[in-house]
Amino acid sequence: MDMEFSPEDLAFQKEVREFIAENYPAELRDKQDEGEEMSKEDFLSWHKILYKKGWIAPAWPVEYGGTGWTPTQRFIWSEETARADCIRLMPFGLAMVGPVIYTFGTPEQKAHFLPRILSGEDWWCQGYSEPGSGSDLASLRTAAVKDGDDYIVNGQKTWTTLAQHADWGFFLVRTDKEAKQQEGISFLLIDMKSPGITVRPIITLGGEHEVNEVWLEDVRVPQSQRVYEENKGWTCAKFLLAHERTGIAGVAASKRGIEKVKAIARTELDGDQPLIANAFFKRKLAELEIDLTALEFTELRSLAGPNAGKGPGPESSLLKIKGSEIQQRLTELTLEAVGHYGAPYFRGFGEGDNEHPIGPDYAHRAAPTYFNMRKTTIYGGSNEIQRNIIAKMVLGL
Amino acid sequence: MDFTYTETQDMIRDTLSRFLADTYDFETRQKFIATDTGRDPAIWTALAQELGMLGAAFAEGHGGLGGGALENAIVMEELGKVLGIEPYLPTVVIAGGALKAVGGAQAEAMIPEIIAGNAIVAFAYAEPQGRYDLANLKTTAKKDGAGYVLSGHKSVVYAAPWASHLLVTARTGGGQRDKDGVSLFLIDAKLPGIVRRDYPTVDGSRASEIYFENVAIPGDALLGAEGGGLPLIEQIVDEATVAVCAEATGVMQKLHEGTLEYTQQRKQFGVPIAKFQVLQHRMVDMFMEVEQARSMTIMGTLKLDLPANERMAAVSACKAKVARGANFVGQNAIQTHGGIGITQELAIGHYFKRATMIEGQFGSADHHLGRYERIVLAD
Repeated sequence: MDMEFSPEDLAFQKEVREFIAENYPAELRDKQDEGEEMSKEDFLSWHKILYKKGWIAPAWPVEYGGTGWTPTQRFIWSEETARADCIRLMPFGLAMVGPVIYTFGTPEQKAHFLPRILSGEDWWCQGYSEPGSGSDLASLRTAAVKDGDDYIVNGQKTWTTLAQHADWGFFLVRTDKEAKQQEGISFLLIDMKSPGITVRPIITLGGEHEVNEVWLEDVRVPQSQRVYEENKGWTCAKFLLAHERTGIAGVAASKRGIEKVKAIARTELDGDQPLIANAFFKRKLAELEIDLTALEFTELRSLAGPNAGKGPGPESSLLKIKGSEIQQRLTELTLEAVGHYGAPYFRGFGEGDNEHPIGPDYAHRAAPTYFNMRKTTIYGGSNEIQRNIIAKMVLGL
Repeated sequence: MDFTYTETQDMIRDTLSRFLADTYDFETRQKFIATDTGRDPAIWTALAQELGMLGAAFAEGHGGLGGGALENAIVMEELGKVLGIEPYLPTVVIAGGALKAVGGAQAEAMIPEIIAGNAIVAFAYAEPQGRYDLANLKTTAKKDGAGYVLSGHKSVVYAAPWASHLLVTARTGGGQRDKDGVSLFLIDAKLPGIVRRDYPTVDGSRASEIYFENVAIPGDALLGAEGGGLPLIEQIVDEATVAVCAEATGVMQKLHEGTLEYTQQRKQFGVPIAKFQVLQHRMVDMFMEVEQARSMTIMGTLKLDLPANERMAAVSACKAKVARGANFVGQNAIQTHGGIGITQELAIGHYFKRATMIEGQFGSADHHLGRYERIVLAD
């Protein structure tokens, strides 16, 4: 056992660090520093730079455009991008539907969609959740009925992240109402410009327009846009959820977050000393940092341990539970650290707006982020559902 | 990066685990810990001579297998799984660690004795007033010709009743809590003037209060530099701390497995209680603590060779996390077992007792959080 990087890994780390320093857009960094909301173009700008470099899909097989990096190199990549505070890449195409298409799709689907996901030409959204289904995903009711070579789709999806920007969506729909819950579901790729689709915003606690309701009324979808067999969509859904869960441990981003809280706590005053000298605050910070170390080494064990390379299994639920809890504690501690200046509500600069926000820069997003991050223990299968998965799949209960 | 064991390490684990399965079932253990001496010396001899296990962490030149901290962790985890009371920690991890660090004639003479199973060493470092401060010492070693005269009172010295040697911390200079003036000695346990009061511990082992009454010790008993021993003591205690975290991982794993097994047999309201979601989630939370204890133990073990501050921060993070986890897993194992969990009959309660003692061994979670904060979160 050893946790040292090899000389090759260190050289790779240096290459990555230099690439980010030279190529990360300065105007994007400025917007981030000001705590502004990001536009579609902002998200895509970094995506396109990485696409040009050939580094957009480290997790994909090389034949479909992956980088061929080792697990350690991928770990270094996520560490370095988080360290440099790079904007997050949208996971819907790269981390979610992409792997489903190259694993289960037809040659035509692979040839058409995969290059467009890599280039950023298509923005994807996820049509899984429905009102009333929540983490009981298999209870979904959106129905697809055959009509010649097409399906006619009717129903309602919700919590559809950034669907307002989406060109395509991947949807779970019911194609057999008589079958047992999980056996009558199919996985469809739907053009979001299809007639009959309506996207309505849902504004969340932090004031963001991040999620939407999507209504489907007699939407016509060619059967050639179904991935894998009819009524076997649950196989794709499970595969995708396991992939999604490894991403949301978020170790590298939380490490960066802890550095930010420390910096705030060294600046903010508590009496005549910095907040970081407050014994209670310091204790919470220490426990959070230690818990993050435990999560990091648990993730490293799964990356570079005896089961490495076998793909995400049920242990990814552990990473999801602990990772999401840590993300939440981090935002809670940040809000506590900024004190009074957690209260002013600031939506970021609008077009032509030149008023400076209230309070220190690091305080602007503290409360909205805290509110927003309550989602982490709910989405991707709530933490209660993750515990059910471990109980059943790992503990055999 | 690589988190796999080598073939030799797998072999050590398998050999030891098979041996303990044959010799160390719970009933057998309960029988020999209830005897007057509280142990079965044949097991120690077998560990040394049949299995070569006491040499796993020593260099091949000394007759060992060439391992180190990882091998110690493997042995400690297996001992944890059977609630082993064998004095591997003070003898191999602590005394062995000190001898390896010091080297020279003392190491040449003593390490082969340890590997052969001839020497058992107890670590006499704690004092009634000292809590977890390794430098808070009233015990003194005064220069006397070529040797020293040792006086003082050491508390709760695990394995002392069985020991052939004592590893003792004492003050050769400075005031009671000074960092300078601390020295480390390895002495014969039978020297005139050593008075022991032996007793059983709550976790099934044996320990002693030791009184040194003007004990004359030779000059070559000193390990390392006179008066400059604290960094060495801190280093070996850090190694020991990670080793008990490895033991804790084994103990916690058994607490968790025992609870899973019990809840699948025990019925209430007509179904096995393992069917209740509230208990399933509790057992998942226990599972996550076991896995994280294992992760942190590996982390701590791999960082033992780093510069002192990084090593201490890593070891304290490890101990704080494992102590909290051991507390959580132990208490919930008992709660989930219900009434039967608080009896002497079942093994589960004995695992809980060992887990509880490990929580405080070499410093509680709060102690280690404090040390971590002083190093990592300076104002």
